[in-house]
Amino acid sequence: MTPAAACTVALAGLPNVGKSSVFNALTGLRQHTGNWAGKTVVCASGSAVCEGRRFRLVDLPGAHAFDAGTAEEREAADFLLHGGADAVIVVCDAGALERGLALTLETLHVTPRVVLALNLVDEARRRGITVDAPALSEALGIPVVPTQARDGVGTDRLLPAVLTVLGREPPEAPSGPPSPAAITARAEEIAARVTRRSGRDRSGGSRIDRIVTSRLWSLPVTLALLAVLFWITLTGANIPSRWLSAGAERLEVLLRARLVFLPAWLSSLLLDGVWRVLAWVVSVMLPPMAIFFPLFTLLEDFGLLPRLAFNCDRAFARCHACGKQMLTMCMSLGCNAVGVTGCRVIDSRRERLIAILTASVTPCNGRFPTLVVLFSLLPSLIAGKTTPASGFAAAVGLAAVLLLSVLLTLGLSRLLSATLLRGEPSSFTLELPPYRRPAVARVLVRSLLDRTLAVLGRAVLVAAPAGVVIWCMANLSAGGTSLLAHAAGSLDGFARLMGLDGIILLSFLLAFPANELVLPLVACGYLSASVLRDASVPLLGELFLAHAWTARTAVSMLLFVLLHWPCGTTCLTIWRETRSVRWTALAFLLPTAAGVVLCMLFTLVSGLFA
Amino acid sequence: MLPLSALPPGASARVMSIDTSDGALRRRFAELGIFPGTAVRCVLRSPLGDPQAYLIRGIVTAIRARDARAIRVRPCGGEVSP
Repeated sequence: MTPAAACTVALAGLPNVGKSSVFNALTGLRQHTGNWAGKTVVCASGSAVCEGRRFRLVDLPGAHAFDAGTAEEREAADFLLHGGADAVIVVCDAGALERGLALTLETLHVTPRVVLALNLVDEARRRGITVDAPALSEALGIPVVPTQARDGVGTDRLLPAVLTVLGREPPEAPSGPPSPAAITARAEEIAARVTRRSGRDRSGGSRIDRIVTSRLWSLPVTLALLAVLFWITLTGANIPSRWLSAGAERLEVLLRARLVFLPAWLSSLLLDGVWRVLAWVVSVMLPPMAIFFPLFTLLEDFGLLPRLAFNCDRAFARCHACGKQMLTMCMSLGCNAVGVTGCRVIDSRRERLIAILTASVTPCNGRFPTLVVLFSLLPSLIAGKTTPASGFAAAVGLAAVLLLSVLLTLGLSRLLSATLLRGEPSSFTLELPPYRRPAVARVLVRSLLDRTLAVLGRAVLVAAPAGVVIWCMANLSAGGTSLLAHAAGSLDGFARLMGLDGIILLSFLLAFPANELVLPLVACGYLSASVLRDASVPLLGELFLAHAWTARTAVSMLLFVLLHWPCGTTCLTIWRETRSVRWTALAFLLPTAAGVVLCMLFTLVSGLFA
Repeated sequence: MLPLSALPPGASARVMSIDTSDGALRRRFAELGIFPGTAVRCVLRSPLGDPQAYLIRGIVTAIRARDARAIRVRPCGGEVSP
């Protein structure tokens, strides 16, 4: 190895010991971390410089041991054994040292160039656990660096420590590792020697856990928590939403005056098409997205997600699916494509496919605002005139919808495991990490800024072409009627059976690239169909009431928002993960068929009572 | 001796043997550090009765009853801290 070449350092460690935090602290990157095992499923790499030496750091997905079962663990093992890492930093949890030590001892059998990062020392201290780092270093014969990676404490000493071990030569012929039992026994012995415990160790079975997982309280607590989250989102989103739409309106007037030099059709295309779809996406869709997900990230950081999976596992087992599907569903809540990739944490191929095929039933970031708007319009639609919505009722409604999406996922999973993906549930273990104090300020700022900017960028990217398409359809005509009227008209009959109308169904179809386009396209479709082209943009509620929406329309639409085809990105990801056109097609057809059937059933039954 | 799955929340035990012919399951247990002699404590039972969560070597892990059944344990009245 020449001095100029970058030195490759692998980060290894059990799941959930803060490996990604160490990686972020070393590289300055911002890979998302979460308090549950297996959050990182894709190998990330970054670079750093220390004492004039360049380092390439590779964050290995959570590894249990080197002969482990899941794809991510095999990946980690492969890289360490054959990928030619120059050195390894093993990250251990100071509060649960034993198993981390076993991994360290195993690693030492492959290479002597190992540095141990003794992470989460602050958390361990709070639990009355202290580790004697010098004694540990002596017992293992490698540098041991205590760190609090989340706060960036101690991580600056890791790379200098790596420099001190680079000169060590690997053994000529690596001896096969001793038996896992022997390694575990040695890890137990060392851990007992260097760890001091004061007071009662409260790891496991904390009071919060006993409430959150109790027979009586688990469901009410979860739903209440979600309702509070939604309530904050709804009330919080109202203000920027109003502010943004007022701003967009004023800008539109300004632009209209400035663009008079353009041909009429072009300024109409830009303003009535592109601008309006864009303005709606930004003012209506963006605020709820920007508020809900930082809040959800806080819950994730706290460590609540594995408890949800623990509580629901029995239900998933009944459906012959994996309890970790709950975790991938939580990822799907952010973005279905991410949820599909996250299904790699599920070991069994059958159970992974079930999770992938049902991923799109969880309403994602892009669909969530549509649900928010539908719930806030519901009182108006019931009363038949514009009525203020109760944020509280809407929040409870949204929590109920989320519960419904979980039930639908379970139902479809059961259906799949009884038909195409028959089989017994595989063995299942899930780590419940200790609760952690979320880094509130950082999560809020980062996730608010990063996500808002990302969503904004994406919105511009997809909203502009969608605006062009809908404007063209509204303004190009064949045989005296616009293409929009043709398309909506031909879909109308079928859509009415589902309790929708042609414009709504067409908008769902046109929103294939991105779900956040559905409502803006519906609004645009209605506006361009109306005679009063240049009237100021009405409120969504008035517009929908004018187009004969009732509460039943909103409910049908709500159901179809939950159950229809996955968006373009998700379809592509499903294909990438399964490498099969057949499974991708099924992932498209299954929720769509379920949605159509459910909407028709609802329309039929509610029609009987109307 | 009883199967680990029969250990009620709050009770501690020591692993006596692991009886399974499922190699993947045996390996999974090894990764969790479950060997004869290992101290375990049941800390939580999920609302629907299964799975239960066990404190093993300082880490809390949920294991379904159908898997935990393979681990035979001897209860030891709570004085052993895993």
